Amino acid sequence: MNERDPGTARPVTSSELLSVVASRELAGRRAVFAGIGLPTLAVELARLTVAPGIEVVYESGVCGAHPSRLPETIADAVLVTGAEAVVPMPALFGSVLQGGRIDVGFLGAAQIDRWGSLNTSVIGDWDRPSVRLPGSGGAVEVMANAREVFVVMRRHTPRSFAGALDFCTTPGPDRALAEGIRPLGAGVTRVVTELGVLAREGVGDELRLVAVHPGVTVEEVRAATGWELRTAGPVATTAPPTDAELRLLRDEVDPDRVYLR
Amino acid sequence: MRRTVDRTAGKVMSMREAVAAFVHDGDTVSLEGFTHLVPTAAGHEIIRQGRRDLTVVRMTADIVVDQMLAAGCVTRLVSSFVGNSSAGSLGELRRRIEHADPEPLAFEEYSHYGMVCRYLAGAQRLPFYPLRSYAGSDLPAVNPGIRQVVSPYPAADGGTERIHVVPPVNPDVTIVHAQRADRRGNTQIWGLTGVQAEAVYAAGKAVVVVEELVADEVVRSDPNRTLIPAHAVDAVVVCPRGAHPSFAQGYYDRDNAFYRSWSAISKDPARLRAWLAEWVYGTADHAEYVARLGEGFWAGLAVGEALSRPVNYGRRL
Repeated sequence: MNERDPGTARPVTSSELLSVVASRELAGRRAVFAGIGLPTLAVELARLTVAPGIEVVYESGVCGAHPSRLPETIADAVLVTGAEAVVPMPALFGSVLQGGRIDVGFLGAAQIDRWGSLNTSVIGDWDRPSVRLPGSGGAVEVMANAREVFVVMRRHTPRSFAGALDFCTTPGPDRALAEGIRPLGAGVTRVVTELGVLAREGVGDELRLVAVHPGVTVEEVRAATGWELRTAGPVATTAPPTDAELRLLRDEVDPDRVYLR
Repeated sequence: MRRTVDRTAGKVMSMREAVAAFVHDGDTVSLEGFTHLVPTAAGHEIIRQGRRDLTVVRMTADIVVDQMLAAGCVTRLVSSFVGNSSAGSLGELRRRIEHADPEPLAFEEYSHYGMVCRYLAGAQRLPFYPLRSYAGSDLPAVNPGIRQVVSPYPAADGGTERIHVVPPVNPDVTIVHAQRADRRGNTQIWGLTGVQAEAVYAAGKAVVVVEELVADEVVRSDPNRTLIPAHAVDAVVVCPRGAHPSFAQGYYDRDNAFYRSWSAISKDPARLRAWLAEWVYGTADHAEYVARLGEGFWAGLAVGEALSRPVNYGRRL
């Protein structure tokens, strides 16, 4: 760690860019259900920048985490020590999530479709899949009950941004409505990828391209998406991380580069 | 349902005795502990005793489940997350599901809250438990346990409301790991408390594995910390470091390096079986496993102190 660069001379990596862009989206948000990896960096950076009062909730039951080190899992001991509260599973999923206390939930997926539904179960057929993925975890509950959901996906390919999911583990609200059941939340409203940012207004709307990262063209994002990706008005170019954001991310949030690979 | 027991009798026994007495071929066995306090040592003893045809119920099926699969103990898995935490894949589980290699694995897939609700229904002896999940999901199509009912009450808008439900789970035995208990099984857990209490109450029999046995007075000095009362516990097993490679808050930290290494170990069936031969079949019990890892290893997982401030329960003057 002693060869750490001082300041911000190094070029910005994809992980750094994704973390910074996701952190900016948390401005004004109060209670955020975090995942591990880039979402961890996004919430911790947001706490130091755009959302100082943020309550970070983890699926393991920690509410109001104040970790002394960057957590390596959603159940890391450092999330417990010094936390504001630790609640058991029935309370976390029943009262906190289903009770509607979460503003933004972070989710990841192997596949996402244009309506923001997610596949984390299988590639191929469920009975004899070519790849068995981990499954829902709490994603079904986060999608149904968080006010909105942010997705961070490093890789943006036609396979991961799928025209049709191999399996829908975690449905967006439009799929739920088709069954006549209206969930509490708006579903996925932001997707941050290595190429740009997709956004969706809520029920009835599809994911549209709103921004491309510096050096990326709209056509490149369209070619990497498995459905006919539309734009929402003029497509912006992501503002690069500021020196202050980079310094905080590199020196305070993840100095050991646990997630800043 | 539960036989009357002598309330003054201790329930302390060895892991070998507890598994022999309470885990039988063909049983439904719940192992709970959400990343924290994973009952690994109990899983290893089930492997040593060669149990077969088990249905394992566990929210986060992780390394210990992969090991039990590789040892041929498990024919059915009920779970909401089948992965090696955020550290990679479970090689044996993927071979079983993707290639039926060396044999098929029946898998019932739920979400986390679906599993929690199954335990809640089981603990409370209810016929089902409702939850606002699964509308629009493909899970009900592959899992007939997930169904819909019509609420007997009008919705907020006056209309009818449909809601998904999950069935109770009542394991033959639930095994959990905890920081400490008294000899009768009053069990105290702090840090992440997961779904352990509900899983114990749902079961026909319950085994609690603890880092340390403490005097009755220690438990009774802080009764709010008792998450599982003695009336729900059939056996207490004292097994220090029995949750490794997971952690016990305040006792030892998580062995993240082992989690990261498991993807490579489990990817190769021969390497995985060699691991079991050395660390499970090749150890008489968990004490030998702990000793073989060595004090230097355990020093690397040691944690410092972060004491809570005592509370005053008060006493009548």
